[in-house]
Amino acid sequence: MMWLLSLINRANAQTFMPTEGSKIATSVDNLYGFLIAASFISCAILIGGMIYFALKYKRKSDNDKTAYITHDTRLEVIWSVIPLIIFLVVFAWGWIIYHDMRKMPENALEIHVTGRQWSWMTEYKNGVKSPDIVVPVGRDVKIVLASEDVIHSLYIPSFRVKQDAVPGRYTALWFRADKMGEFHVFCTEFCGTSHSGMITKLKVVSQEDFDKWLIEESEVSALPIAQRGAKIFQTRACASCHNVEGDAVKIGPSLAQSFGKTHNFEDGSTAQVDENYLRESILNSNAKIVKGFGPRSAMPAFQGQLSEAEVTALIEYIKTLSK
Amino acid sequence: MGHAAHGSNYINAEKGLMSWFTSLDHKRIGILYFCTVLFFFLCGGIAALLLRLELFTPNAAANVGQVFANGDIYNQALTYHGAIMVFMVIVPGIPSIFGNFFLPLQIGAKDVAYPKLNLASWYLFMTGATMAIATMFLNRVDTGWTFYTPYSIRTGTSVSLIVAAVFIMGMGSVLTGLNFIATIHKLRAPGMTFHRMPLFCWAIYSTSIIQVLATPILAITLLLLIMERAFGVGIFDPKLGGDPVLFQHFFWFYSHPAVYIMILPAMGIISELLTTYSKKTIFGYTAIAYSSLGIAIVSFFVWGHHMYVSGQSELAGVIFSFLTMLVGVPTAIKMFNWLATLYKGSIEFTASMLYAMGFLFLFVIGGVTGIMLATLPIDVHFHDTYFVVAHFHYVMVGGTLMALMGGIYHWFPKMFGKMYSEGLARMSFVFVFVGFNVTFFPQFILGAMGMPRRYFDYIPAYEQLNKISTVGSWLIGLGFVIALVSIIKALTSGAKAPANPWGAKTLEWHTESPPITHNFSHEPHVTEGPYEYK
Repeated sequence: MMWLLSLINRANAQTFMPTEGSKIATSVDNLYGFLIAASFISCAILIGGMIYFALKYKRKSDNDKTAYITHDTRLEVIWSVIPLIIFLVVFAWGWIIYHDMRKMPENALEIHVTGRQWSWMTEYKNGVKSPDIVVPVGRDVKIVLASEDVIHSLYIPSFRVKQDAVPGRYTALWFRADKMGEFHVFCTEFCGTSHSGMITKLKVVSQEDFDKWLIEESEVSALPIAQRGAKIFQTRACASCHNVEGDAVKIGPSLAQSFGKTHNFEDGSTAQVDENYLRESILNSNAKIVKGFGPRSAMPAFQGQLSEAEVTALIEYIKTLSK
Repeated sequence: MGHAAHGSNYINAEKGLMSWFTSLDHKRIGILYFCTVLFFFLCGGIAALLLRLELFTPNAAANVGQVFANGDIYNQALTYHGAIMVFMVIVPGIPSIFGNFFLPLQIGAKDVAYPKLNLASWYLFMTGATMAIATMFLNRVDTGWTFYTPYSIRTGTSVSLIVAAVFIMGMGSVLTGLNFIATIHKLRAPGMTFHRMPLFCWAIYSTSIIQVLATPILAITLLLLIMERAFGVGIFDPKLGGDPVLFQHFFWFYSHPAVYIMILPAMGIISELLTTYSKKTIFGYTAIAYSSLGIAIVSFFVWGHHMYVSGQSELAGVIFSFLTMLVGVPTAIKMFNWLATLYKGSIEFTASMLYAMGFLFLFVIGGVTGIMLATLPIDVHFHDTYFVVAHFHYVMVGGTLMALMGGIYHWFPKMFGKMYSEGLARMSFVFVFVGFNVTFFPQFILGAMGMPRRYFDYIPAYEQLNKISTVGSWLIGLGFVIALVSIIKALTSGAKAPANPWGAKTLEWHTESPPITHNFSHEPHVTEGPYEYK
């Protein structure tokens, strides 16, 4: 068995899988290593065999006589049963790991992650909201997923976990981070314009840093109004579409020096950017669309998503961008 | 068999373009499909090249691309690439071109069972295809070829129209399937028992069964999607109490069997090519014939393996994983039988044989990565990443398209009565085969690294492999240009083809090239199996 293990380990080192962030990731990679080794052997037999026969039995003349072999029951049974056994082993091995993945641990830290076009929002039990997912190291974390619009899928490659966020129901995944650091989080269910921009970070920190961070974040409500607005701007991932410095256009217009400016709209009308214009645009982005960004706005409507206080804070922050 | 002297074969039997568009001759209808499917392949291929070009580098600015102005246009291009290649090239390709042309010839019949229905199928296909292409000039669809709800309900693009187009093409597909089943049951020549049929006919038979049984499910699903968009009936839309995942169940209940609609005919062609160019009888005729049927049946019970992370229960995932492993067995049987067919053969490296061997090479890789994806926890990591993209291109392009190309070169002399240049044809193989691996092998690694599919932009870590992949796509493109040149050259200045240039045994080679309108001057009497190279 030693040779098999060393083969698996060697294959494992060559699999290009991302850093293993958890024990389950390691067990997935072991199975994958076995599959790679088994696949190489299968390819060697089938492709190698084909090339060998092709060279050995290359046509010498048009009158070549060939062997007349119609079948061989013994051989056929062998090459049906052996693959079947291998497939069943792989299936059972996979089932064991999958069962661990799907069985939600008790007493896990439960956090809520909501997908929307095109950002993730994490919410903690104490009400803190964050665009990143911040978790403590060495603790079971259960993520309860929801979606506000279409299907998204939360994917953390380093933890080998993925789960669709389906509107109208909750789904969940869990992991236990073994090492601290930052890991990529992708959306893997096609969700439109900025699907490939729906990326965030998983930050694994020590338990102390995590507790400290949670308290700091919850104190945001005590901040001055414009700073609170800046915070919301960040949490709601506004910056993924709007620049706050310079004129460069991301998906939406830049907000730098915008307050007080006059905008031309798709329908030919114009208006000055004031508090009420900003309010309308945040709550219903399709009401007035700046020329060149139509015919339909790419921005989700925040009507019903933001409280009065939050809208006011955002507008106060946007005003500070025009000096 | 001296009908060539009368100057009447199916091509020159009637004159004028209208004689083609109104022809009930299965061979002429096969040629109609040949021209139209190749045209759509060109459209889908151009979209693919543009997608790869966009992915050559990551985008410096958010949502501004090198080729496509923004993510929306990229998403539209990937939708048309997928929809055209699946619904207008790979699904109809082999059955409608070679099934139409050669199924009646191989079983010694004069035509298919319902010639008028056959022509009607082509018109349905063309109506659907034209509607699908028309949406490109209206409000381009951006859902991906899978039309997943609720995105496909919310997006403001022409989803209803393209879905109606797929519905109509599906009708054509069902009628073609019915026609082939009836033809095989009722029109075999005297002595042509089921067990004397060439394996290509068995493959078409299995495919037709799936087409007839599975396509209506897709049709109903698509109708429901149209109703959902038009009237808001609330079947799939969670806002109205519907279940978006239900759509995925319905969709894959068709679309997984459809994967076998795509690959079984290709497997049939491979059996023909390997026997012909190694001058050897097929190893395990019965096993290959019945494993096609086996695959066709099991294929109906594996759809859930597309949905391991959709929120379906653990138990469902486990059952679908188990059943999917079972499909691996008949596929492995076929691989070993083909390998054993080469043993002690007399192998000639014609372009067709090279394409057939290319098929075996790529299909093995597509197969083993399929087993990986069937394994539950591995799929959780790979689902919707480039690993899946690489896997299904290895199966669909490495499999079906290689077989289609091999089939074109194998049957071209019979279809058009002209010989082509082996040199050019082999060169096309080298470019397509090498280019294919350069394009898609790096995508396995990208997927393992975690790059999701349908991404307009990616993180810098993925850049190098994406560059290699894009360069590979140019090699594939060049390979197909060379293939096109070889075909055009053969049509314009190819030497006249003899009746049986390859020394093949099946019935289509017993009539002249190109065949006469009624296929055979005397009804063939069959006394032995299809590959009696003694």
